Amino acid sequence: MKSRIPVVLLACGSFNPITNMHLRLFEVARDHLHQTGMYKVIGGIISPVNDNYRKKDLVAAHHRVAMARLALQTSDWIQVDPWESEQAQWMETVKVLRHHHSELLRSLPQTEGPDHGRAHSLAPTAVPELKLLCGADILKTFQTPNLWKEAHIQEIVEKFGMVCVSRTGHNPKEYISGSAILQRYQHNIHLVREPVQNELSSTYIRRALCQGQSVKYLLPDAVITYIKEHNLYTGDSS
Amino acid sequence: MENSEKTEVVLLACGSFNPITNMHLRLFELAKDYMNGTGKYRVIKGVISPVGDAYKKKGLISAHHRVIMAELATKNSEWVEVDTWESLQKDWVETLKVLRHHQEKLEASSCDHQQDSPRLERPGRKRKWAEQRQDFGQKELLEPKTKDVPKVKLLCGADLLESFGVPNLWKSEDITRIVGDYGLICITRAGNDAEKFIYESDALWKHRNNIHLVNEWITNDISSTKIRRALRRGQSIRYLVPDLVREYIEKHDLYSPESEERNVGVVLAPLQKNTAEANS
Repeated sequence: MKSRIPVVLLACGSFNPITNMHLRLFEVARDHLHQTGMYKVIGGIISPVNDNYRKKDLVAAHHRVAMARLALQTSDWIQVDPWESEQAQWMETVKVLRHHHSELLRSLPQTEGPDHGRAHSLAPTAVPELKLLCGADILKTFQTPNLWKEAHIQEIVEKFGMVCVSRTGHNPKEYISGSAILQRYQHNIHLVREPVQNELSSTYIRRALCQGQSVKYLLPDAVITYIKEHNLYTGDSS
Repeated sequence: MENSEKTEVVLLACGSFNPITNMHLRLFELAKDYMNGTGKYRVIKGVISPVGDAYKKKGLISAHHRVIMAELATKNSEWVEVDTWESLQKDWVETLKVLRHHQEKLEASSCDHQQDSPRLERPGRKRKWAEQRQDFGQKELLEPKTKDVPKVKLLCGADLLESFGVPNLWKSEDITRIVGDYGLICITRAGNDAEKFIYESDALWKHRNNIHLVNEWITNDISSTKIRRALRRGQSIRYLVPDLVREYIEKHDLYSPESEERNVGVVLAPLQKNTAEANS
């Protein structure tokens, strides 16, 4: 039986706050990779950005981490990792990828363990791959001058790989064909179509909360409760 | 405007709920925020009324399951509940009749409350009543100040509004009574199309003040059809429907290529009924 490459999906971002849309990215990406027959997704990591990113309206990292943790209570394969948010400085995405990849390698079993009854066995020498999970709009930001270092873009697509879930209004194939680096490594950029079009964004959530409107069913109840208890996103502070 | 002067509203959503999704639940939240935001209404309750099996829609699974899923979905809601009356009827029931049933239920329970509750007297009111004593008989003076009965309104998406145009799907008298006697709250993405649709219909235009169009600025396209399709293809529906609903679907293996074939070749109940009546 052909063995699959184990994959961990890493999503970086503000998660300000986390929403059902963020959580969907993982589900949709996992389904897609599984259905290629080549991969087995063994884990997912949410890495909220450091406060020093200084994005407008970014609430404190410990809140964003706590909310992600609440949102993931019911997930058996995705976790939040506060490492990036706990660093002294903001760090480039590629460094977060490097960190989590080396952590992944360190946690591998030293000897061949039993199969644990998995339907798809992992090749004994298969090294897990860490892929950057994001919306397809991130591909577009690669074109923004000075936002990303060219060497980093190359490392991301060459050494790690990306899984990009499409959003309305974006044509990811265009972004790839418009960049030589992306074109060269397009086999490592998995484009996933989300059949359920969803324009839900954290920005929308923050605005609705500010205006006293309901956000129920757009993000997990536990996160909504946390936001209310800690008085986040009331528009009083920025 | 004081709370006591606002019209109390119950939002009623009819539909297949096959299965219920987060989008259905959002309709209630959006409608409540909108109606309360006008300052004229106070939404006191939301009611989900799954259609009966006699509707004969393709892919419609048993009402028993659809009701349970809706109940699981609203378990954590403080104001939205499920009503099984429609789903328990032997024959398919027109939406107008469902509205009427719920309005009558409200009026009946309102009467009971008026008989049971003690006379309510607001401070400062006594004097005014004393002044009116000369004009009114003793009996009227002793009757407690009653609250108006809450009004039932139909909550829907733009697809339902536009289905008014499908031949034989709705009786035109029913449409007139729905918008005239009850009212419609329609959550729509393309507000302009809905407005145009209302403009082009004399019945809807006449009662346009009773049709509230609520713009949903973000696309949130979680249709039951897509959920069923995803399930048939072994794809995840997590975060599109409440977790309890997803678990229930998995446990009972509800949606399959076979379940999607139910009622294939059968004429939808309203089409059957309206065509028969037109021909009789």
